Amino acid sequence: MNNPAAADYAIQTRDLSLWYGNFQALNNVTLDIKHGAITSLIGPSGCGKTTLLRCFNRINERYGSVRTSGEIRILGRNIYDEDVSLIELRRFVGMVFQRPNPLPLSIYENIVFGLRLHSERRALTRADLDAAVEGALTEVGLWASVRDRLDRSALDLQLDEQQKLCIARLLPLKPEVILMDEPCSALDAEATRAIEELLFGLRGRYSIVIVTHNMAQARRASDECFLMLMGELIEHGATESLFTSPKDARTLNYLEGRFG
Amino acid sequence: MARGRGELALERGIELLIRLCGVSAILFVFGIFFFVFREGAGLLWSGRFSILEFFGSIEWYPTSQSRVRYGALALITGTFSVTVLAMLLAVPFGIGTAIYLSEFCGARRKETLKIVVELLAAIPSVVWGFIGLTIMNSLIIRLFGAPIGLNVLNGAMLLALMSVPIIVSIGEDALKAVPDGYREAALALGATRWQLVYRVLLPAARNGLLAAVLLGVGRAVGETMAVLMATGHSIRMPTSLLDPVRTLTATIAAELGEAPVGSDHYQVLFLVGVLLFTITFIVNMCAVRIVRGKRGRG
Repeated sequence: MNNPAAADYAIQTRDLSLWYGNFQALNNVTLDIKHGAITSLIGPSGCGKTTLLRCFNRINERYGSVRTSGEIRILGRNIYDEDVSLIELRRFVGMVFQRPNPLPLSIYENIVFGLRLHSERRALTRADLDAAVEGALTEVGLWASVRDRLDRSALDLQLDEQQKLCIARLLPLKPEVILMDEPCSALDAEATRAIEELLFGLRGRYSIVIVTHNMAQARRASDECFLMLMGELIEHGATESLFTSPKDARTLNYLEGRFG
Repeated sequence: MARGRGELALERGIELLIRLCGVSAILFVFGIFFFVFREGAGLLWSGRFSILEFFGSIEWYPTSQSRVRYGALALITGTFSVTVLAMLLAVPFGIGTAIYLSEFCGARRKETLKIVVELLAAIPSVVWGFIGLTIMNSLIIRLFGAPIGLNVLNGAMLLALMSVPIIVSIGEDALKAVPDGYREAALALGATRWQLVYRVLLPAARNGLLAAVLLGVGRAVGETMAVLMATGHSIRMPTSLLDPVRTLTATIAAELGEAPVGSDHYQVLFLVGVLLFTITFIVNMCAVRIVRGKRGRG
């Protein structure tokens, strides 16, 4: 999935529009998301930021009435091309959801779930799986606390541990992009800080796109920031400059809390 | 805003009525069990009835001139063989339909299909029996070369068709109750729809699906008219699917009208009723316990 010209960008969209039935949720969105950075999408409720995020792994298409036009390139490759396999796409573009959604399986099976989906049964040795579990859990900082109870149900974990598990289970598939849909909105401040620290740890190796309602979080935890309103992209830039010197009046109004 | 005395009394009265309706179901169940048991209980202690014979012998001669024998083993075996075969046919179809309805088909087709499946449940059992007597009978004779088409296979196919709607509707509820987050989690990791079904949804909905099957079993065990008409009504231990059998329910239906009220024969038929009641009661209780038990835990 490599194209040298686009190597700097993990995700590019061109004139992306999306309709739920007759309702237009995205209106000619054109953006470039940098490779290896943490990019935040902010905006008031219903502005289309989650919809946009859910386009990047095409999980929007679960619902029958969704129609899109325009182009999305991930690592230079148009994901609407007919020869792009959804299954492969989702292997390279992982997603973390608003509510932690570990599967009703053991901690161990949650981590190796992706590997099992994408490999022949025979190709996976127990040692490979064990190594993947230890590696992924170590990376998200859960290994020390759960190593003795890997066979316990993932649903017994604390909410923030569940969310870390949901991030960890993407890692064995070696994704290029990790999409996060308000990953901290169900968590308390302490757990939010832990997830944000985890994000910093992952920066550089993965391109992370995070949708957030929490402007302070966008400011703390992202390198680049996009502001959306009513399905349109309003402004983007380096996070610090967008927050300190917005160019668009609507951005200023939103950041100052005059609406949204 | 003072309310009239009459209005208040009416309110109380209606509340009482609703309470009564709620409690009445319990009353009815115990009442039925009590009266069925009472009708048959006299024989139990009369010395003319042996539990061992009832469960251990295949000789059912309730009206014999020389020696009356009440061996229900063949009837029990008849009920079980028809039920088990019916479930072997109905479970794959029922669960498959439930999966299709819940995960694979669009909203509009789903509505249509559900109505059709419910129609299947609305067909009276005597009509099923009629289908068994005519269509299935000749079909089985033609396909298998059996001398007669009224047998285990015929009855089981009818029962399967009758249990499928229950399995489908309870099974679909069970699948619908699986949190959508699980589906998104698996799909976002690159699962195909089938991988999603067998790796996530079936394990997660396991309890509800099992309950669906058990309720289907309960339906099949208790069904009377269709099996009476379609199984050949011959008391024997079946050795093949093409053997005719007789079930517990069919025996009661066929013989109760002939048995003089209060006679031993009459009483033993009520004991058969108690046995049936107990079987379906246990099956239903299991289903309820399973549904209420830990749901969605891995």
